[in-house]
Amino acid sequence: MSGPEARAESRLGARIGAGAGTALALGLLLLAVAVAFGVGRFPVGLGEVAQVLLAKLTGRPAAVPPAVEAVVMQIRGPRILAAILIGAALSVAGAAFQGLFRNPLVSPDILGASSGAAFGAVLGIWLSLGVLAIEALAFAGGLAAVAAVYLVGATLARRDPVLVLVLAGVVIGSLLGAGVGLVKYLADPYNQLPAMTFWLLGSLSATHALDLAALALPVVLGTAVLLLLRWRLDALSLPEEEARALGLATGPLRLAIVAAATLVTAASVAAAGIVGWVGLVVPHLARFLVGPGFARLIPTAALLGAGYLLVIDTLARTIAPVEVPLGILTAVVGTPVFLWLLAGAERDWQ
Amino acid sequence: MTLLAATDLAFGYPGRVIGRGIDLAVAPGEVLALLGPNGGGKTTLLKTLLGLLPPRAGSVTVLGRPLAALPARERARALAYVPQSAGSAFAFTARAVVLMGRSAHAGLFSAPSRADRASAEAALARMGVLHLADRAVTRISGGERQLVLIARALAQEPRLVILDEPTASLDFGNQGKVMREITRLRDDGLGVIFTTHDPNQAARYADRALLLRAGGRLAEGPVAEVLAAERLEGLYGAPVEEVRDAGTGARAFLPG
Repeated sequence: MSGPEARAESRLGARIGAGAGTALALGLLLLAVAVAFGVGRFPVGLGEVAQVLLAKLTGRPAAVPPAVEAVVMQIRGPRILAAILIGAALSVAGAAFQGLFRNPLVSPDILGASSGAAFGAVLGIWLSLGVLAIEALAFAGGLAAVAAVYLVGATLARRDPVLVLVLAGVVIGSLLGAGVGLVKYLADPYNQLPAMTFWLLGSLSATHALDLAALALPVVLGTAVLLLLRWRLDALSLPEEEARALGLATGPLRLAIVAAATLVTAASVAAAGIVGWVGLVVPHLARFLVGPGFARLIPTAALLGAGYLLVIDTLARTIAPVEVPLGILTAVVGTPVFLWLLAGAERDWQ
Repeated sequence: MTLLAATDLAFGYPGRVIGRGIDLAVAPGEVLALLGPNGGGKTTLLKTLLGLLPPRAGSVTVLGRPLAALPARERARALAYVPQSAGSAFAFTARAVVLMGRSAHAGLFSAPSRADRASAEAALARMGVLHLADRAVTRISGGERQLVLIARALAQEPRLVILDEPTASLDFGNQGKVMREITRLRDDGLGVIFTTHDPNQAARYADRALLLRAGGRLAEGPVAEVLAAERLEGLYGAPVEEVRDAGTGARAFLPG
């Protein structure tokens, strides 16, 4: 008994306290923000950032060069904010879905949000639409895919609604994957295909202040719903009939959580393309810090995911002369982290 | 007063009735054992009594009110369910598991209150597993986990606890321990329904027994009357021998 038990107690949160785990995640995020402003072709200190923000708030001219103000307000600031929003959104959605589907290997695109959004986006690029229209199509595609999965699941589900939902997600996801393949096959290989490939690999390089509102609104809304419902998620991660016997209205609760997680995932994918691994890896790191209880896991995953994607994005724009696609970096960083977690994983799940 | 009553109940799944003609009633402080061979519909009947499956015919009433008309939260404050101990997907602590039992008392968005936490502690203490409160339920023994699940049911503050094979997969010592705790619930005035494979468990720990064969009621009544060797032979389709201690009158049934 002492072997596995010793491992169970080795969880960081058990040693430093769950509250300290959340504080650590917050600290890492703040550090990541400072570094993200401070590196790049035009380094900006936190003091300068504060001056610019203060000047904006008070309406007085900032005591910094206009170039610094432009970097903070138009270039790096929006990009950092987008990374924070998307990292937090994908992580919270991943944690919620892992609970809902009682499986720690689930990621936010389990129900086809990403493949639906990908199909919408490549369709938009193929039809030579504008950037905003492409994002809108991606968003609509993600929502439509999950709605289709949910309807199929609700129609077929008798005894195990969760399993049917996951299987429906796999089926519809692969159908949409075929659709993406078809559109890529039909696309102009010199202009459209590179744009599609770039989009499918994920990037924040095109983030402007304008897109930020379209991203922030659904992300804040969906994340708020998941944060509010986090107290119910522990019991919702039980088998369906146990959760119902505890008095939970599992149908409406499940629908609300799926809707909120889909909203934030679709908004993230629409803004930045496919950024894999974040929603899978970050909840595990957060569980390592604070344990499996969702009340603490959800906010910690949000903080940790925000910092994680910000670090990844900072790497993406600084490690090479050209931007590295986000999806490649999250996979390269995510895979070893995930394997490391898996190696000692029974401490987190059975 | 009757806590839970079923009248001419048929149960099963859409398009597939598993059993019919069930009448039963459980009063406060009364233990009912459901006995029958595998596939006889014990678990399906339990789920119907819990309101997790709709009756195919007949009715179930809880404290005189139709079960189907009760909102989920109210139902959970009357009836608690202890499922067959299954592995959890996540390594929740025993305390967190028992706190889940307070779901029916908490608001949709609200954190567990001080009263909820106190109730969970009390339930853990009542089942004698308070010392396990901070241990992961994936890291304790099957018997301990079963006691934690019963504690979760108690945290619901129900009137009746329904247990599905509470001693399945437990070793001999833990079987007795869990069953003793269950009979203590009766002493506190709760109603108890449990399913079991073991007629001796019914004879020793239950007041009444319902013998369920192929979905139908073979017999129902006080265990002293219902449990007899020839009836059990009919129930299981196998020879059963009854032994009786002349001094104490205690009975036991032996297979074969």
